Amino acid sequence: MATKSVSQSPWMNVRTTMRQPVVAGALLVAYILAALLILSNLDRGSLWFPLYSTLAFPALVLSPFIILASPVRTPLKVILVALLLFVAIPYLGMRDSSYLELIIQICIFAGLALGLNIVVGFAGLLDLGYIAFFAVGAYTWAMFTSQANTVFNINGWLVSGAAFYGFIFLGVVVAAVVGILLGLPVLRLRGDYLAIVTLGFGEMIRVIANNLDKPINFTNGSQGLFDVGRPPVPPLLYNSVVGAEAMLGFPIANATPLSQQLLFYFIAIGIIALIIIVARRLDNSPIGRAWTAIREDEVAAIAMGVPLVRMKLMAFAMGASFAGAIGVLYGAKQTFVSPESFSLIQSISILAMVIVGGIGGIRGALFGAVIVTLLNLLVLKNLSLQINALRNVDFIVPIINFHIRDWPTQLEPAKYERLIFGLLLIVMMIFRPAGLLPEPRRKMELLEAKGEEPVTVTAENPVVTAQPDAGKA
Amino acid sequence: MLDARPTVGAVSLRSLAEWIYRFILFPIGQMFVFVVGAAVVLTLFAYGLALLFPEPRPNIVLVDQVNRQLPGMIISGITTGFVYAMIALGYTLVYGVLKFINFAHSEIFMVGSVVGFEVMRRLDDAGNLPFWNPVLLIMLIILVAMLFSGLLAVAIERIAYRPLRGAPRLVPLISAIGISFFLIDFVRAFQAITRNDFNLTYPTNDLEWLRTPVKLAIGEGTVNVRPTQFVVVLGAVVTLIALNYFVNGTKLGRGIRAVSQDMTTAGLMGINVNRMVSLTFFVGGSFGGAAGALFGMNVGTVTPFVGFIPGIKAFTAAVLGGIGNVTGALLGGLALGMIEAFLNGLLVYFPALGQRYTDVFAFSVLILILIFRPSGLLGERVDEKV
Amino acid sequence: MQVKRVLLLFVVVALALSVTVATAQDDAKVIKIASQSPLSGPQSILGTAIRNGAELAIEQLSGPLTEMGFKVEFVPFDDQATPDVGVANANNLVNDPAILAVVGHLNSGVAIPSSEVYDANNLVMVSPANTNVNITDRGLPTVNRICGRDDTQGAAGAAFAASLEGVESVYVLHDTTAYGQGVAEFFASAAEEAGLTVLNVEGTTETANFDGVIQPILALDPDLIYFGGLYPQSGIFINQARAAGYEGFFMGPDGFDASDFAELAGEAGVGTYYTTVAAPPTFYPDAAQFIEDYQAKFGEDPQPFAAQAYDSAGIVLAAIAKAAEEAGGEAPTREAVAAAVRATENYDGITGTYTFDDNGDPELATYVILQVKSADPAEWSSNEVLDEFQAPSPLYAVMQSGEATPEATPGS
Repeated sequence: MATKSVSQSPWMNVRTTMRQPVVAGALLVAYILAALLILSNLDRGSLWFPLYSTLAFPALVLSPFIILASPVRTPLKVILVALLLFVAIPYLGMRDSSYLELIIQICIFAGLALGLNIVVGFAGLLDLGYIAFFAVGAYTWAMFTSQANTVFNINGWLVSGAAFYGFIFLGVVVAAVVGILLGLPVLRLRGDYLAIVTLGFGEMIRVIANNLDKPINFTNGSQGLFDVGRPPVPPLLYNSVVGAEAMLGFPIANATPLSQQLLFYFIAIGIIALIIIVARRLDNSPIGRAWTAIREDEVAAIAMGVPLVRMKLMAFAMGASFAGAIGVLYGAKQTFVSPESFSLIQSISILAMVIVGGIGGIRGALFGAVIVTLLNLLVLKNLSLQINALRNVDFIVPIINFHIRDWPTQLEPAKYERLIFGLLLIVMMIFRPAGLLPEPRRKMELLEAKGEEPVTVTAENPVVTAQPDAGKA
Repeated sequence: MLDARPTVGAVSLRSLAEWIYRFILFPIGQMFVFVVGAAVVLTLFAYGLALLFPEPRPNIVLVDQVNRQLPGMIISGITTGFVYAMIALGYTLVYGVLKFINFAHSEIFMVGSVVGFEVMRRLDDAGNLPFWNPVLLIMLIILVAMLFSGLLAVAIERIAYRPLRGAPRLVPLISAIGISFFLIDFVRAFQAITRNDFNLTYPTNDLEWLRTPVKLAIGEGTVNVRPTQFVVVLGAVVTLIALNYFVNGTKLGRGIRAVSQDMTTAGLMGINVNRMVSLTFFVGGSFGGAAGALFGMNVGTVTPFVGFIPGIKAFTAAVLGGIGNVTGALLGGLALGMIEAFLNGLLVYFPALGQRYTDVFAFSVLILILIFRPSGLLGERVDEKV
Repeated sequence: MQVKRVLLLFVVVALALSVTVATAQDDAKVIKIASQSPLSGPQSILGTAIRNGAELAIEQLSGPLTEMGFKVEFVPFDDQATPDVGVANANNLVNDPAILAVVGHLNSGVAIPSSEVYDANNLVMVSPANTNVNITDRGLPTVNRICGRDDTQGAAGAAFAASLEGVESVYVLHDTTAYGQGVAEFFASAAEEAGLTVLNVEGTTETANFDGVIQPILALDPDLIYFGGLYPQSGIFINQARAAGYEGFFMGPDGFDASDFAELAGEAGVGTYYTTVAAPPTFYPDAAQFIEDYQAKFGEDPQPFAAQAYDSAGIVLAAIAKAAEEAGGEAPTREAVAAAVRATENYDGITGTYTFDDNGDPELATYVILQVKSADPAEWSSNEVLDEFQAPSPLYAVMQSGEATPEATPGS
């Protein structure tokens, strides 16, 4: 404690300097460039590659959050984020497409987290079967394009890849309709009753998908629909990929899969941007306030004349439709849709993203999706790869003189990724119960619940009374 | 007056009779009514279905099939139902006190089943398993599993839930999921190191009394009942009676009830809330452990992944009966076990459906019931504060 | 505020550490072979067997490459038996230019989408365990397997079941996965053609308590129960079905082939028939050494698919060596390796001799029908071989002959 107060003034000095918009902007640019350069020049043959990529890639992916939190002006923020999304990341993808793939995965989960955030975060309806709507979207596209589907295939109703964009909207509509159909009977239920019923619905959709190969083959059952169609790559994109590679002096390898990936990446970015805009608009609208009211106190909300069922249905349908759109994208990207991808564990991990990030906030949901996906698909994987690489060269841990090779195979970290993930979840929740990037309003609720002293909180923050703060950056 | 404990000095015959009625006869009667009630309703349903669809598939007469299967379905329903009920109790007790879903409870159940295996395995390795008296052996297994799982539940509460008390409702849910992931892999790692395998088979090869099925002649032909099925039912009934006594007949139980009624007021009345919460977790956890050991003995082989499905089902059962309501958990568990057994038995005969749809129908039943009774069959005991 | 500070700290550490990367080592001639299989989750026993088998092969069989100055490394990936993770891993490993081949997967549901990624990047995959027909029937030039196929396996089982005395009706059960349901349905349709009465084809996701599944089976009283699935499920099922009073035969696919089956099924499992898509290692004299080495290295008996993974990795190593020779001692391209794998001819492995057909199936796959002889896991290798035959993939046979049912009739 004492050392902290002593060292405060130089630190404060640095901070004030860094808060200058110009300095901050320059630092940001330098930071992004550094992360990008390091990342794109990592050598896959190097012994420590997994470790370095584990450190540098999150640094790049998290930079939008740093940009948004930085004290630079809004137009500059927009420019920086746009440069990052449309120049830096495609460039990185050309160097190493696995990063692009990871970013597409992150986008898919981010879209799902944003959608679930509307249901759970805004309206306070605990939905444990959210993945079902994702499945609906994926199957909507896959059924009409996969050769494995005997109904549409034999009748010649198979759709070409060009219909993809129309199907995104169809996915939105179908998922919303399913959401409303499922929501209608059950939205009278409160809290945990709703949780178990939505869990049930999630499982039901999966079981039905697993069995709808008989009597009529719609989903090809457990075999899954393979050879699912993909949107055609616009020649412009393909040519610019080839052109860019030639210009940058990369070996032009695999331009076809790469431009396909880039196409998915841009579509994903577009969908997410749309979702963010819609969600922000909703949050600050009368509908959003009605959701807040329902979430905070259902009885009071009814008393105030909030149309409960309609509002809940709206939240359900909204969340579902986002998942539907993302599902179509997923089906096309994966080219294989089978019931295994839509298990309860997936619903739970999306919920974990929303809560880890900070429930109720758009930024929180995005942040949670990034963090959890990175953990699952990058950090934990790379940890295993790193240990394996060290084992291959018979690395000896210095000081304790331990041969990595002697580490028993039963305890290989690759086998215990879930254990580490579980521990991290617990630790994160204990130390940051409001999430990593908590919504200001939510933070106050937490304080309120902890101290049970709503008075002090309102006294400190007079804004809190009913009016949703418009300018939360 | 609610506290009708007989005192050593003056054993009034009346109060003894009342005690026996309240803590032994009444709970047994209640379970009996639930079991018989569920069985009768579902039997009627089965025959109704047979009337509607006399021959769902060529050469299959549904009435004959129902006649043949009825005793088997009821017995399997009761066995599964009691296991669900015991797990559901853990969910419900915790929900009653802390108002949140203890997602890690399914793993406490799993640990119970693994501990049961370990006890038996160690006795077997020492070579004295066949010499144990059956009743003592089963009691030992169940008690060790209860103790272990109970303490584990207390530890989980202390580490992962207590720091989060007062946080939004969903936060402990996520740390519970974390605990769940952790426990599964931890047990797997432990077994992988000590036994090099995680399919854990209860060593029952030398226990003839546990392996020889009892042939019951019911209706046409015989039904084989495994002795473990008796053990499950008997063990469940005994532990449930003990729980009923503990919650309704002891001072500690009254403390738990007070805390679940209103935590703040209970604290003001001089009840140590934290101790009561720990106690609740211990009781709920030890029930999960007992259920795990009984389940493991019955099915013969357990794995670190064995908790997930029964956990979800038991949670459903707790909701079906009315979450937070102890009697409701019992009814919900038995009802769900029975419904599942009947659906499994009957859906087979319907082409294009089949047992694959059992869960779909079971959940549909749950949804239907919740639409008409939004707080479960017996209602939630805790009212929502306005 | 705290988050920002943590982020800042993180960034500083990241950058500081990354600076050292500039001094990357130059281990130029490294060749990597990856494996993908579930190393965590309920199926990790089989997934680990694949991983271990491949590692052992790379340790023992990379001699020719080492002599050419290469260093062969092994990179195991955990696909968690989940398509998403498998595809994410696939996308990761195709970006490592040193990785020239993949041995895997265990689950067909994971192998199909992952192989699309491999194929787009010309990375060759050799599967030791995927029996689903769609693995090779898609005709991808980079996808190969050394095991048999579910269609032939199911049919072989059905033909054998029909030849058993007193078997007229069968009840078919499966685990609702791509593998189990696939082989069970092939069995069911072949059984019907063979004149057996198929009482029902049913799926179950149950893994522990099969009471509910067993009741209708008892009421229907089939002469034989076919279980399309893996031994952790079927072993328990068979144990419980016997205890519940079922007295007929049990039969299953290669998923039964593990010594643990004997432990799980106990006495009830004795007499169970099962088909395999590759002969067990104990079948071949060469495999004795493998079993010994495996035990020495990993401290446990080789589980199913370990030997096949060993051979898969062996085929890959031989192909890489050939391609490297053709490339004049330089590291070969992935295309060259894929072509060399497909061109493999009479590779003499420990589980058979392999030549690939145009689709990546073994030209002649071995199918064996066995019967469990003892409830003791240690005696698993003494299971009796009742029949053995070799058959080409039906699709390939059709392509060759232009017509006719290519089915080899087992039991004849």
